[in-house]
Amino acid sequence: MPDPQSGLLLRISDEDNVFVLLRSVNAGTRLQLGEHTVVVENSLELGHKIAARNITAGEKVVKYGAPIGSATRDIRAGEHVHLHNIKSDYIPTYTLNSGTE
Amino acid sequence: MSAKTAFQGFLRQDGRKGIRNTILVVYLVECAHHVAREIVYPYRKQGVHLIGFSGCYPNQYAFDMMSRLCTHPNTGGVLLVSLGCESFDRRGLQQHVRESGRPVETLVIQERGGTLTTVDQGLAWLQETLIELEETATRVPMSVDELVVGAICGGSDATSGITANPAIGRCFDLLVENDAGAIFEEGGELIGCEQIMADRAVTPALGEEILSTMEKTARYYTTMGHGSFAVGNADGGLTTVEEKSMGAYAKSGSSPISGLIKPGDLPPAGGLYLLDIVPDGGARFGFPNINDTAEIAELIACGAHLTLFSTGRGSVVGSAISPVIKVCANPETYRRMDGDMDVDAGRILEGRATLDDVGQEIFAQVLDVAGGASTKSESLGHQEFVLTYKSFEPIGPACLPV
Repeated sequence: MPDPQSGLLLRISDEDNVFVLLRSVNAGTRLQLGEHTVVVENSLELGHKIAARNITAGEKVVKYGAPIGSATRDIRAGEHVHLHNIKSDYIPTYTLNSGTE
Repeated sequence: MSAKTAFQGFLRQDGRKGIRNTILVVYLVECAHHVAREIVYPYRKQGVHLIGFSGCYPNQYAFDMMSRLCTHPNTGGVLLVSLGCESFDRRGLQQHVRESGRPVETLVIQERGGTLTTVDQGLAWLQETLIELEETATRVPMSVDELVVGAICGGSDATSGITANPAIGRCFDLLVENDAGAIFEEGGELIGCEQIMADRAVTPALGEEILSTMEKTARYYTTMGHGSFAVGNADGGLTTVEEKSMGAYAKSGSSPISGLIKPGDLPPAGGLYLLDIVPDGGARFGFPNINDTAEIAELIACGAHLTLFSTGRGSVVGSAISPVIKVCANPETYRRMDGDMDVDAGRILEGRATLDDVGQEIFAQVLDVAGGASTKSESLGHQEFVLTYKSFEPIGPACLPV
């Protein structure tokens, strides 16, 4: 299992441009991504995704070596990758806010 | 077959073997639900399960599902509870069960004098039939190659696809190596995986069938306006349906796909099968499966003796008829809810076990549960059941090349 940072981040497949958090982290946690140190802005639960590198708007987000959606805006390395910056290429994701937006 | 993989099963008249000897009390319309529940209640810890169909309109799929469930190898006897005026073909179902050699009775509430007398007569029938089943049970050796095992995920989060699902996949590989039937399902949770699945089909024609089934699935869910994706999936770190799919797909393991079946079709031999649960002929009756329990019922109708259930957020459900082994993907969830979980697959994330370790542990639990050990959800009395309206065309010859 690739282990870039003491069991905290998992890159499932070599082609992936996101890491998976193996533990929940608090806001302010510093993550080492290659030469860059990034600071986590908001507390995140384990399983959430962190950009492994800069991803440009419209680029495919890759996890398990497979595309899991497209970036809806530019994403910086180390940023949380989720509903606010990527979307499905198949069926839009419903959230509890979807109906009120 | 080694002694290690043999256990005692219940022999049925059709030659199939069960791992439980359950009596089903079946309401044939919602109006008979309360009476059926009252009959089950005192016996709910003695292997009597409540299932039913709520609708008053007739539906061939629901009838076929009930026929399969009432003659499932884990089912020992059946009590049908009818209000009297619903459209369900109670006589056809009773005859089908009788021909299978199982004790069966129908109580029509309108003919039996209402709630109290029907409940009394139902309780009396159960008391007699439990004794009869005890006395007449035919116990025979059963081996792993006679098992059919289903897999499902529910309450998924981003750990499901890293720990529990691939561990179930390892267990599925072991089952297929041992000539058991292994069924994975829910095209709606496999959107994005269509080509890699088609490439695993044992024949190119089966691969084509898988691709066209997945096209139907994507079309159906798009019409409904929602993917198979719940709010809690996103809280757990999953963002899109195709991300959830890639994690769910890992449950299938790495064996070739031997066939594509629909609810009620029995795997003709050992091997890995994909169950298509999306109705044919356009979106008519609502969502393909309104919840995990509806999917489990369909796996059971395909002969599943037990179901492997992967969960990250922490589902607590079990099932009527066939036991559910809960494989918990998320170590934090396991620590919160270990009373509901059979396997702690989150150990993989924390470096306390490998995928192979957990896969073998699940396989060992399958054999234990087949031999009579209770799962957590069984011990807790979980006997969830859901059956809704659907419509299917029969599968084509290319779907079962073996």
